[in-house]
Amino acid sequence: MSQKFRLAEGGRIDRTRPVAFRFDGATLYGYAGDTLASALLANGVHLVGRSFKYHRPRGILSAGAEEPNALVQLREGARTEPNMRAPQVELFNGLVAESQNRWPSLRFDVWAVNGLFSRFLPAGFYYKTFMWPASRWMTYEKVIRNAAGLGKGPAEPDPDRYEHRNVWCDVLVAGGGPAGLMAALAAARSGARVIVADEQAEMGGSLLSDTTEIGGSPAADWVAAVFDELHATADVTVLPRTTVAGYYDHNYLTLLERVTDHLGAEPDGKTPRQRFWKVRAKQVVLATGAIERPLCFRDNDRPGVMLAGAVRNYVNRYAVLPGRRAVVFTNNDSAYGAAIDLARAGAAVKVVDLRREPAGDLIDAAESAGIEIMDGCAVTGVKGGKQVTGVTVRRLDEAGDEVAGGSRSMGCDLVAMSGGWNPTVHLFSQSRGKLRFDDGLAAFVPDRSFAAERSAGSCNGAMTLSACLKQGAEAGRSAASDAGFKAKAGSAAPKVDEPETGATRSVWVVPSGKPLGRGGKHFIDFQNDVTAADVHLAHREGYVSIEHLKRYTTTGMGTDQGKTSNVNALAIMAQLQGASVPEVGTTTFRPPYTPVGFGAIAGRNTAEFMDPARVTAMHDWHVEHGAVLEDVGQWKRPWYYPRDGELMRDAVNREVLAARNSVGVLDASTLGKIDIQGPDAARFLNMIYTNAWLKLPVGSCRYGLMLHEDGMVFDDGVTTRLGKNRFLMTTTTGGAANVLTWLEEWLQTEWPKMKVFCTSVTEQWATVAVCGPYARHVVGSLTEYDKLGPRDFEFMTMREMDVAGIPARVFRISFTGELAFEINVPRRYGAALWEAVWEAGQKYGITPYGTEAMHVLRAEKGFIIVGQDTDGTVTPMDLGMDWMVAKTKGDFIGRRSFAREDTARDDRKQLVGLFTEDPHQVLVEGAQLVEAVKPAPPMRMVGHVTSSYYSPNVGRSIALAMLIRGRARMGQTLFAPRLDGGAPLEVTVTDPMFYDRGGVRARG
Amino acid sequence: MFLIECPWCGPRSQTEFHCHGEAHIARPKYPDAVSDAEWADYVFNRSNTKGVIYERWVHNHGCRRWFNVARDTVSDRILAVYRVGGKRPEVTP
Amino acid sequence: MPGYSAFTLVRNALSYHENWQRAWRSPEPRPEYDILVIGGGGHGLATAYYLAREHGINNVAVLEKGWIGGGNTGRNTTIVRSNYLWDESAAIYEHSLKLWEGLSQELNFNVMFSQRGVMNLAHNLHDWRELNRRVHAIRLNGIDSEILNARQVKEEAPILNVSRDSRYPIIGASMQRRGGTARHDAVAWGYARGADARGVDIIQNCEVTGFVIDNGKVAGVETTRGRIKAGRIGVVVAGHSSVLAEMAGFRMPVESNPLQALVSDPIKPVLDCVVMSSAVHVYVSQSDRGEFVIGAGSDAHVSYSQRGSFDIIEGIMGALCELVPMVSRMKLMRQWGGIVDVTPDRSPIIGKTPVEGLFINCAWGTGGFKSTPGSGHAFAATLAAGEPNDMAGPFTLDRFRTGFLIDEAGAAAVAH
Repeated sequence: MSQKFRLAEGGRIDRTRPVAFRFDGATLYGYAGDTLASALLANGVHLVGRSFKYHRPRGILSAGAEEPNALVQLREGARTEPNMRAPQVELFNGLVAESQNRWPSLRFDVWAVNGLFSRFLPAGFYYKTFMWPASRWMTYEKVIRNAAGLGKGPAEPDPDRYEHRNVWCDVLVAGGGPAGLMAALAAARSGARVIVADEQAEMGGSLLSDTTEIGGSPAADWVAAVFDELHATADVTVLPRTTVAGYYDHNYLTLLERVTDHLGAEPDGKTPRQRFWKVRAKQVVLATGAIERPLCFRDNDRPGVMLAGAVRNYVNRYAVLPGRRAVVFTNNDSAYGAAIDLARAGAAVKVVDLRREPAGDLIDAAESAGIEIMDGCAVTGVKGGKQVTGVTVRRLDEAGDEVAGGSRSMGCDLVAMSGGWNPTVHLFSQSRGKLRFDDGLAAFVPDRSFAAERSAGSCNGAMTLSACLKQGAEAGRSAASDAGFKAKAGSAAPKVDEPETGATRSVWVVPSGKPLGRGGKHFIDFQNDVTAADVHLAHREGYVSIEHLKRYTTTGMGTDQGKTSNVNALAIMAQLQGASVPEVGTTTFRPPYTPVGFGAIAGRNTAEFMDPARVTAMHDWHVEHGAVLEDVGQWKRPWYYPRDGELMRDAVNREVLAARNSVGVLDASTLGKIDIQGPDAARFLNMIYTNAWLKLPVGSCRYGLMLHEDGMVFDDGVTTRLGKNRFLMTTTTGGAANVLTWLEEWLQTEWPKMKVFCTSVTEQWATVAVCGPYARHVVGSLTEYDKLGPRDFEFMTMREMDVAGIPARVFRISFTGELAFEINVPRRYGAALWEAVWEAGQKYGITPYGTEAMHVLRAEKGFIIVGQDTDGTVTPMDLGMDWMVAKTKGDFIGRRSFAREDTARDDRKQLVGLFTEDPHQVLVEGAQLVEAVKPAPPMRMVGHVTSSYYSPNVGRSIALAMLIRGRARMGQTLFAPRLDGGAPLEVTVTDPMFYDRGGVRARG
Repeated sequence: MFLIECPWCGPRSQTEFHCHGEAHIARPKYPDAVSDAEWADYVFNRSNTKGVIYERWVHNHGCRRWFNVARDTVSDRILAVYRVGGKRPEVTP
Repeated sequence: MPGYSAFTLVRNALSYHENWQRAWRSPEPRPEYDILVIGGGGHGLATAYYLAREHGINNVAVLEKGWIGGGNTGRNTTIVRSNYLWDESAAIYEHSLKLWEGLSQELNFNVMFSQRGVMNLAHNLHDWRELNRRVHAIRLNGIDSEILNARQVKEEAPILNVSRDSRYPIIGASMQRRGGTARHDAVAWGYARGADARGVDIIQNCEVTGFVIDNGKVAGVETTRGRIKAGRIGVVVAGHSSVLAEMAGFRMPVESNPLQALVSDPIKPVLDCVVMSSAVHVYVSQSDRGEFVIGAGSDAHVSYSQRGSFDIIEGIMGALCELVPMVSRMKLMRQWGGIVDVTPDRSPIIGKTPVEGLFINCAWGTGGFKSTPGSGHAFAATLAAGEPNDMAGPFTLDRFRTGFLIDEAGAAAVAH
């Protein structure tokens, strides 16, 4: 268990709980409380990954969400996950991680050849080449694609479960560091409902690695006390391992809670792996901290070059010494903390400070700890490939633009750098807050809020602990107060004794004594291999706006979304333009803050819950009787009922013949049903439908066509007058919801004075359609046969009666052109009615038929299906339904549009029938019609097939089509070219009614 | 995702509602009396304002009532909620 | 214009890339031009390019309020295809696709047009019928398209779930092999560089604040950089078309809706074609960088904020995890929104406005990126002649008066 770089004491790890894990096949050990990154460093592993483009060896840069380099493939099999940030992966027993983007191994990666040719691969090189010959791009692209990408996607479906929480709170605090905890405490003490979330396993943020005391005790004690109080307060939710990822409109925020990711064991099946919180907060406190900026010096990407704050984190929190001989390279005071802590932990430390003669408490402390400080100097080069072995240091001139003086080499295994701190303004920016550039910090800070939020602490530019605590307390109080809670006394920030800090000196590109781009690289975006020279190139070529710069160089496009690179790139561009940073622009921060799993966002809304299927009361019967189902809208409908070994065509023919020759039964429950009531109901229908409704007698049914205002058909159905002021409308299955909305829209917004109410009753009724010559016998045996006679119960009327002892509405309407009764009963009786009909029909050979047979039957009669024979561009006249359009009733919706010149043209497509030359050949629905076949396309199309079936009753195939000037073409021969290359099918234009043209059977 | 104050149900998430476009577009009383251009203006043309828009929403997963909303289409802030038939409220973005 | 090639790349590498020239100049606006193109997105830049290249008109300025390619050009999901139903649409999108096929060479700028194929999935019989209708029409228009069964779909995209038990089972697909993706920013930059080399002034950070109209005839524009005169002006400002129309005093059948897109973190290649499912509003491809690029649906409300509602993203994730189970452990890395200008028939408007000399090209909805070259080409011809050309002709603003809609919405209710 050699953890050679583990300190003997200190840290927040649990030395009593060793943890074994594997990295690239090697078994290593760490402790509970470690992250993968800290455990690797404890084992002296710096080389962790390869960069995106040049495949440069890379190590661990940071200790947090900003990590661009140390990305690993975590776990194996179905649970594998690419691009996991090692500093944020909590170590667990049996953890397996692999390095990414290398082949065959991390140490010997053949793609590193890209690095050798890097001179030929500057930013945007691919825009300038790979163009010849044109046909080769797909080949080039294949190579590029294989070289790109980082980790590997899982090959199996995700076995884990994800859940959503929808919650509301008064105050959401993003971040559980000193400012966030203080804010949560202040808000909680006011009585507000508070949620405080932090991405780490423990609350405390920077305090977990800080050596400062709060109120005279270690910071960790204060954190523990606050945590306990928050936990004990009602209506306060403390969420560790929870990242506030997105900040959307109207204070809607999304949080990702990692519930079981840190556990080695597989989830128990009850606990979700992750929980996705959707929070609507009255007020938000952003206390998201700050991210340290790297310095941009030559070969600053070598493994062993780390952010100083991260180094301090590893030393203090994880008791890991990332290097024994450290060079701390800084432009500000904060890195002196790292230097002092490194020295205290036993490392040999030198400080290279870009500033001349820095002074202050921390510098004094470093000097008194015996640390050598080279002021006004810079690290101008880094030695070592797979790990730092040394640096060269040179003095800088006054301006900091050039080296002045000789170079001094020194061996080291760690470079801890600090270029200052960027407030983590991502969420603030997502909330549409306006940023301002703070020259003192050389960073963007929140300026004007847009949403109901406030920033506190270092994300707000407060870079001392006392200021963070003070701002946090104030933000918590004001957030609670703005949410309607009175501030209570006793939530003032505790006292802190901390050193004074001095100013930052910005040197955006640290000179190396050589022109940029020659001999070594100054990296800005580590993951995407963007260098300072690339920014110069972008500037030279005119890609100067920040968005052009990002897109041209790919700065900030990696998984870290530029957390460590954006400001540096912007500042270098500003310098090149001789402009200030804000003049060049601010970067935009798009959600999420850190990547969020698709599975977590989907939650339980997958598989059967994605769009729950609707089934009728008789669904189980259909399934038991072998129905093949069809999806129609959200409904599952029987398509056909094959008997043993029967092909679809045979089954459908059998069903169709039964409906015409004996009796068939269809589950028609899915049709939309809307109950329309009120004194103005008839007048309303008169406006909604194209035909006249005022004089429809009570108990009668009528077919109606519904148009949009553009004059095009959008739904149809039979509507029945149940009473003077009451109608029952039926709609298409898929159109039901839209039709109801349409009716309500007119009633509520255009004609609010009309007294009409609409209620959807689709789910309240089950409908059994009995159809065929023996329909009357079957239904009659379940009720009084005498009442069903042609004169007692006329076609297109409705009667209320008991059927099989069930109170029912029976409609004598027919979508098949056959004698038919549609029996409607309350849904709970649907299955019973169906069974009763089934039993009663046995002696007549009753046959259940599905939607396919229904289609054939209605097509034999030339009945249209809206949405199949129409497509939103069809008028009633196009359908040959002029008779449906009332000429004298006055206005109705869509009528005015008929008069428009292009709607009134005589060369519109019209509904016709088609016969194929070969009566057994069935046209493909969707086939296009041409007048003459040319050897090759293009060919002018004059129409298309909308419905096409084999009709056993007609004894041949039949089809419906929409055809230009169709009605004038009766008898004409046209052609339907085929996709399979076969000879085009010859078709003859016919009337679209193929069976029982007199309509005798339905009335019989 | 907006928080919309339904006049009947109170504040609810946008997912409960559906937006049906511009409000205050009256159907011509006598469609035959208007020109094709005027008819097209009614059926198709929309002000599509960048700034304050008056639009119709329906609480379709709630009370199913339609109502009007004044919203700034730049900030997406809802400035007023009022009933159908009400006058356009004077609002400032 | 110094050419781009492997050779110049090597030569410039030898001088440490210090001698590359600006891709396009940054000129001060002149007081007057023959033609002004308002909008420096792909369409506007292509228009200017073809004005110079095809019509010899180079006294042209492109006015861009921000930075070129910063609107929808840089915010789409980069899908290119021409598999449209109606003849009018097929004509202009296919014209565009043919221009795409030679665009890198034409512009001497690699726009990385990758003809990896575009697959449109069918999940039910209604989809299947519509898909057949489309494929038949597309083929008879002389455009490539084929039909795949579920097994063939699986072969093209092994990560898809073709199980029959899926809530939205894949029963087949149409495939346009000549379709694919391209690098969106490069299209704007390539056209800008090509137009600039032919004398076109590309003026960024120049916002049009008003039109100068004389007796119903356009005479110029007021901008944040002063008045610029021109007797012929083309407006190509996706996401702001109604705003400019209002400035010029006319109304349009256009609404501007948020449309969202997102990318995952990058992984090694697993998806070699574009997969689209309009039933569940998911459009997905894998970029050359390895990210899944995913298009989501649009919101129903008007907004100019370039932000959509999160529930749209949430909604597609369930469908996506069902369609492509392996993505469940992939991650949303970045999401963003654009503004799509949409007409009632989901087809664009190209041509004259009620103001003489003022032309508009807008409302491409979600079809904007793929149509960039064709749209620019047709609009350049329209601006040059002062009359819409054959390609642009059907897409007149006047069609909403006469009723000649080109209804790509299909308005196909799911019925029976």
